[in-house]
Amino acid sequence: MSELINELPPASVQAQLLQVAEAQSVPAWMSSLRLAGAREWRAAAWPDRRTELWKYTPLAALRNRQFQHASLSQPAWSATQALNVDAIRLVFVNGVFDASASSPGHAAVVRFSDADAQQQALIARHLGHVATTTRHLFASLSNALVADGVLVHVAPDTALDKPVHIVHVAVPQAEPVVVSPRLLVVLEAQAELELIEQFVSDTQEQNGFVNSLTEIHCGAGAQLRHYRINLEQEHMLHVGGVHVDLWRDAHYRGFTLAEGSALKRIDYQINHQAAGASAALDGIYLPRNRQLLDYHTNVEHKAPHCTTSETFRGIVADDARAVFNGRIHIHPQAQKTLAELNNRTLLTSDRAQIDTKPELEIYADDVKCAHGATVSQLDPTAQFYLRSRGLSAIQARSMLSFGFINELLQAIEQPAVREHLHAHLQGLFAEALPGTVTNP
Amino acid sequence: MLEIRNLSARVEGNDILRQLSLSIRPGEVHAIMGPNGAGKSTLGNVLAGRPGYEVTGGEVLFHGKDLLAMEIEERAREGVFLAFQYPVEIPGVSNMEFLKAAVDARRRHLGLGELSSFDFMKLARDAAKRVNLDQAFLKRGVNEGFSGGEKKRNEILQMMLLEPSLCILDETDSGLDIDALQVVAAGVNAMRDGQRSFIVVTHYQRLLDYIVPDHVHVLAAGRIARSGSKELALELEAKGYSWLEDEGV
Repeated sequence: MSELINELPPASVQAQLLQVAEAQSVPAWMSSLRLAGAREWRAAAWPDRRTELWKYTPLAALRNRQFQHASLSQPAWSATQALNVDAIRLVFVNGVFDASASSPGHAAVVRFSDADAQQQALIARHLGHVATTTRHLFASLSNALVADGVLVHVAPDTALDKPVHIVHVAVPQAEPVVVSPRLLVVLEAQAELELIEQFVSDTQEQNGFVNSLTEIHCGAGAQLRHYRINLEQEHMLHVGGVHVDLWRDAHYRGFTLAEGSALKRIDYQINHQAAGASAALDGIYLPRNRQLLDYHTNVEHKAPHCTTSETFRGIVADDARAVFNGRIHIHPQAQKTLAELNNRTLLTSDRAQIDTKPELEIYADDVKCAHGATVSQLDPTAQFYLRSRGLSAIQARSMLSFGFINELLQAIEQPAVREHLHAHLQGLFAEALPGTVTNP
Repeated sequence: MLEIRNLSARVEGNDILRQLSLSIRPGEVHAIMGPNGAGKSTLGNVLAGRPGYEVTGGEVLFHGKDLLAMEIEERAREGVFLAFQYPVEIPGVSNMEFLKAAVDARRRHLGLGELSSFDFMKLARDAAKRVNLDQAFLKRGVNEGFSGGEKKRNEILQMMLLEPSLCILDETDSGLDIDALQVVAAGVNAMRDGQRSFIVVTHYQRLLDYIVPDHVHVLAAGRIARSGSKELALELEAKGYSWLEDEGV
């Protein structure tokens, strides 16, 4: 890989991260994907303000840190935000598997490093093939850095009796580390799965960078419920992507929630590959302080009779910035498409910012599509109403903020996730508004 | 218990109340009537502390304390309750959570402990029954998708739970059919205990058939043009408001 690095200015983020890749030792069967990823990553123009996909999200935070590969020793950690759910659980700390915090193994879930020949072939067939790098530059970095990961493989006509819960814990190390979590989900025809991905950090100030990539293949008639929750501490840098291929009559139901951080960018790429597929995605973004949080979603309707329903709501507080870009691309052959996209943002301070852009590109003539975006502030009449009943100004603001996203929380089907987030977010709003508890 | 002296107030640059004075003793029910634009709703909103209602003169003493110096929530905790003419819909905030927070705030202020969820539920269910509101409304968003009558009954339910010492009903009868009106009136009457006072703002006499006032005041051009007993309301109903002007009041 060294010849790839040499052509880049040594100080560049691209070169620096490729050096990390070079320092890794990995099984030979992954090397072609790594090499292809490294080539793409090296050749890509580094995004700046003129790059449409990165227009509002500067990557400066990556430039100032010399990242190392996460050390193999097991760092101690304590993360209070981890969800308590009866599940097949895999816990990774800075990308390193923590067997003691994980549940006993399950045949449907295997780490790449433990994969047998058959599983290796399955991984090789799908890994890097669901994900496309066209709109997701950091997928190529993930390919270049792929060393281990998790494969969830559900056989045809099978449903797992428990959800799969994958927890990534970030802990600060002396030298900032880059962690590149990789998840591959293969649902065969008519398979069903409930999947919870959770990113948390321990309580210390973070200095790491997580570049996560999840690829999901939903075969014919397969059904996936997918929760992806980012609750890392605010100095964390996170660039993540979820790529989903939906084949005939497959159904994807996604929920994503993120708090902000110094840099957080999450991409969803959903591809309707065959007729009758449907996708529903709900999202909540909650940046505050001086955080930045960017959601980009892109749905490709490549086949007829597919459905998309997307709802994103965000609350931007303090000096935080949020970006939402929701694109739905309906190809000429995708007749009878039903697609709707709705984005609402609440700004709770005069300094908070949102750049929102729903984008519909329609090349078929027999489709039903709707999209909309609104930006609002807390309703003064509602604040007066609550205060006129004895609630403090702070309590009223916190209650109204929570109410703004509560509808999406209540729609979460998995009770453990719903209750965990309900409690966590009520705490978050109370904490963000000091005095609520002690001086109501 | 409430002493309003020469109160003047302005909304969006227009003088609405002009040196209004009114004195209310414990246990009394005062009806405020008057033509549209006379300042009836303004009075209630000024007393509750609504933003945008600027007091330009006068004073208001509530149990001897300077009401106008208090924050909105302090007034509520001290025992002022305004039943809104247009109760606000707040989707996503459960009615139950809201009611408990309100009751807890008032109880803490009075030096009483917060109620347990269990005790509060019992209290809330009981109050809902008394205003003929299905229990399901307690779990819904605050006023979310409620009909006009349901919203008004929800106001009375809040009033029952908060047990204020001064209740201001701002056109609570508007938009109510006769059944809902009776439910609301019965709720109010049940709260008359000889100590609690009421200001009933209404455009029509009809409500006063059910909530019988001790005093009736006619508001015109921002001050009280005439005061009398409950018979004054009947006279107004018969003659309309124009005779006030004819008499040059």
